Amino acid sequence: MATVRIPTPLRKLTQGKEEVAAAGATISEVITDLEKNYPGIKARICDDSGEVRRFVNIFVRDEDIRFLSNLDTPVGDSDEVSIVPAIAGG
Amino acid sequence: MSLHSNQTVHSILDLVGNTPLIRLRSVEKRAGGDVEIWAKCEFENPGGSVKDRAARQMILDALDDGRLAPGKGLIDSTSGNTGVAYSMIGAALGIPITLVMPANVSEARKNITKAYGTKLVYSSELEGSDGAIRLVQQIVQDEPDKYFFPNQYANPSNPKAHYLGTGAEIIEAVGDRLSHFVTGIGTTGTVIGTGRRLKEFRDSIEVVAVEPDDAFHGLEGLKHLQSSIVPEIWQPEGIIDRVLPMATDEAWDAADLLCRQEGVFIGHSAGANVASACRVAREAGPGAVVVTILPDRGDRYFQPMKWEKQYVW
Repeated sequence: MATVRIPTPLRKLTQGKEEVAAAGATISEVITDLEKNYPGIKARICDDSGEVRRFVNIFVRDEDIRFLSNLDTPVGDSDEVSIVPAIAGG
Repeated sequence: MSLHSNQTVHSILDLVGNTPLIRLRSVEKRAGGDVEIWAKCEFENPGGSVKDRAARQMILDALDDGRLAPGKGLIDSTSGNTGVAYSMIGAALGIPITLVMPANVSEARKNITKAYGTKLVYSSELEGSDGAIRLVQQIVQDEPDKYFFPNQYANPSNPKAHYLGTGAEIIEAVGDRLSHFVTGIGTTGTVIGTGRRLKEFRDSIEVVAVEPDDAFHGLEGLKHLQSSIVPEIWQPEGIIDRVLPMATDEAWDAADLLCRQEGVFIGHSAGANVASACRVAREAGPGAVVVTILPDRGDRYFQPMKWEKQYVW
């Protein structure tokens, strides 16, 4: 299972957990597995058409999936997946 | 003095404020017509954003009452537009500026502030912006006489800049016809200071504060109050008539449209303001005269997003 790092604003869906495990061979499958265990999380990450929201960045092995294969990006068992919202200003 | 004025000025500080208002006819059309929507071009400030106003006021007030004096530098933990404004004004006035930022902020932010001679101190990339705040507080605590620490979220000079500047300028430009003022909340300085001035001018002007509709959002610079540390300067009683939640997608679309339809290339918080002004005008109907704020330009966000892979929240 891959390790998924959860940003602060979404931790209320993961019972406060900063990292959760998720199964899946691709990002798409990982998100589906996340939704199974943490209902509501998919709608926060993806829009109605199922694409990753424009302001959400997902990284696998420190690479942005937009520079890889988007939702089809392969995910290995020991991979770390990070879900990162846009940086806050100030 | 504005950037568009054909006069001489003595310092870049004199170029802060007096920004022009631009009429957004494409947005008026989307709002149903028979309304006026005006936007204050804060990107025309010399540092490129509305933050020049608050930074200037905080620095000038501190120089005035001695909190900032020769031998002292300014330190704060911003990495955004306020950091650019501090750096610009510090360079002009000969005040050494130190900014504390997480080691993983974008190269662009580091380079813009460093270009002015600003010293950067990096906090742990594992602790995000909270780590930077803790580090700046530690540095100030260790050497209290060395620094002036403005703390824009709690500094009354921040809303004061908008009371004296933004609010007064809007009254001068639009006057009695103004029915609504709409803008987003970050430090909340703009809406509190401008709103207070407008309410004193005429209590019936409706002041609308815009916030992201969710803690998980893409509106850089804006704060979702329920999930954030509430700024001390947020004193909405008697000033704010309502808070309007704004979705990231709606704001980003509004920014894209304004760029393509009117040639005004704005950042995402400006997009949130324009989308909100459109909604407010549509709800108010014919005769509404709405003013909003364009805090900065879109090209400030052009940096590739790849650096964010290292961003730790």
